[in-house]
Amino acid sequence: MHTDSDDIELRLLIEAIYHKYHYDFRNYAMASVKRRLIKACENFSCRSYSMLQDLVMHDEDVFPELLSYLTVQVSEMFRDPSYFLSLRKNVVPHLKTYPSLKVWVAGCSAGEELYSLAILFREEGLEERTMFYATDINQDALKKAQAGVYKLDRMPLFSQNYQKSGGKHSLSEYYTAAYGNAKFDKSLTKRTVFSDHSLVTDSVFGEMNLISCRNVLIYFNRDLQDRAFSLFKDSLAPRGFLGLGSKETLRFSESHKAFDEFDRKERIYQKKTRYAG
Amino acid sequence: MSLIVRKEFIRKKRDMPDKKNVKAIAIGASAGALEAVTTLLEPLPADYPLPIIIVVHLPPDKDSIMARLLNDKCAITVKEAEDKEPIKPSHAYLAPPDYHLQIEKDYYFSLSIEDPILYSRPSIDVLFETAADAYRENLCGIVLTGANSDGANGLKAIMGYGGLGFVQEPKGAYASTMPKAAKKNCPKALVMPLSEIATTLLKL
Repeated sequence: MHTDSDDIELRLLIEAIYHKYHYDFRNYAMASVKRRLIKACENFSCRSYSMLQDLVMHDEDVFPELLSYLTVQVSEMFRDPSYFLSLRKNVVPHLKTYPSLKVWVAGCSAGEELYSLAILFREEGLEERTMFYATDINQDALKKAQAGVYKLDRMPLFSQNYQKSGGKHSLSEYYTAAYGNAKFDKSLTKRTVFSDHSLVTDSVFGEMNLISCRNVLIYFNRDLQDRAFSLFKDSLAPRGFLGLGSKETLRFSESHKAFDEFDRKERIYQKKTRYAG
Repeated sequence: MSLIVRKEFIRKKRDMPDKKNVKAIAIGASAGALEAVTTLLEPLPADYPLPIIIVVHLPPDKDSIMARLLNDKCAITVKEAEDKEPIKPSHAYLAPPDYHLQIEKDYYFSLSIEDPILYSRPSIDVLFETAADAYRENLCGIVLTGANSDGANGLKAIMGYGGLGFVQEPKGAYASTMPKAAKKNCPKALVMPLSEIATTLLKL
């Protein structure tokens, strides 16, 4: 797969997926999409993107599996512990002043970030006043997030992160281990709404006090990042918080004018009270 | 006329690139990387005409101070690559720890936290393969010291597009596994001691 017709076929495949299944990857960062589709081609024994296109156009059962290639599902609980520590120390005191809270985990994937926040909110006494919204474009991922089951061998890392993030107990208090899996306490998500939502095509659905969207936007090109930032801006209450991944920044986007840098290092932004434009 | 022919001849003989052709340099290093990368970057002038993009394997939980260390030592600007940052000449960019660094067709960076490849994130192969796809024959790839085989497939991709490949002479490397693997996978790559690669970079 080393010729220019490759890139034509890649574009056509992505266009075809958009028209048939209404999943829009046209403005994703292509380097990563391409690598993942090369893997998908290998998996489906397709010599070219055109062959894969033929397959996915005529066999609808193929699409869900192809979608799992297109959406990256790698995360860990309390990834970048210093981010969660800053939420706990610096953002929570602000949130405590509100009688009710809405938190949106955008692009929640298999739920690692959601459970991390749910645990943090429980330990900080905010759980009962909070509604969580966990969204993703991948139904499979949403099901996994709802189930809250992770491989047991990931727990040492998750526990280590949890401790570094200012965790007050032991992570094992929140899950039960069985058959090589760790299942997180159902009560952690009793105040969570799981929903299919696309940052590419869908719009605002509530007034949030905190949006956490980490390592999702790195897969978008700059135009699409702008759209997502603008969506976040419109979805946040005045003085609401936006948390990004440790290498993501609002700096290159028009929307940065609507935000203050609340914690520069941890990429936590706060929406300005008033913003003209 | 004869001069041109002679130039062609020399280029053929040494397998040297036409310097106008190289638009970017990609470097991969692992164990012993700091010293090796410093050796390559230190002699470059502040206005070195090419961008240099570097993957070094680092522990994921460490905030990288490597960019700062190199920036203090070198004349060219050394910084950590940021997501969606446009690639500029006279800059050396380091992949941030725990992210894959990829090059998009319009010559800007994108990051990814997809699974590690060969236990590595950032992966040299990911940088090299995406950079090769973006720069095609106008890329120079360099595999330095290291203790696994990351970079061997990436260098093959670079050379497959007609790009230039250098491998540090394994004997002189701090860890020889990585240059050995690259050398084996890319028999046409130029194998040189570090100092000689450094001199060659000045001529690109």
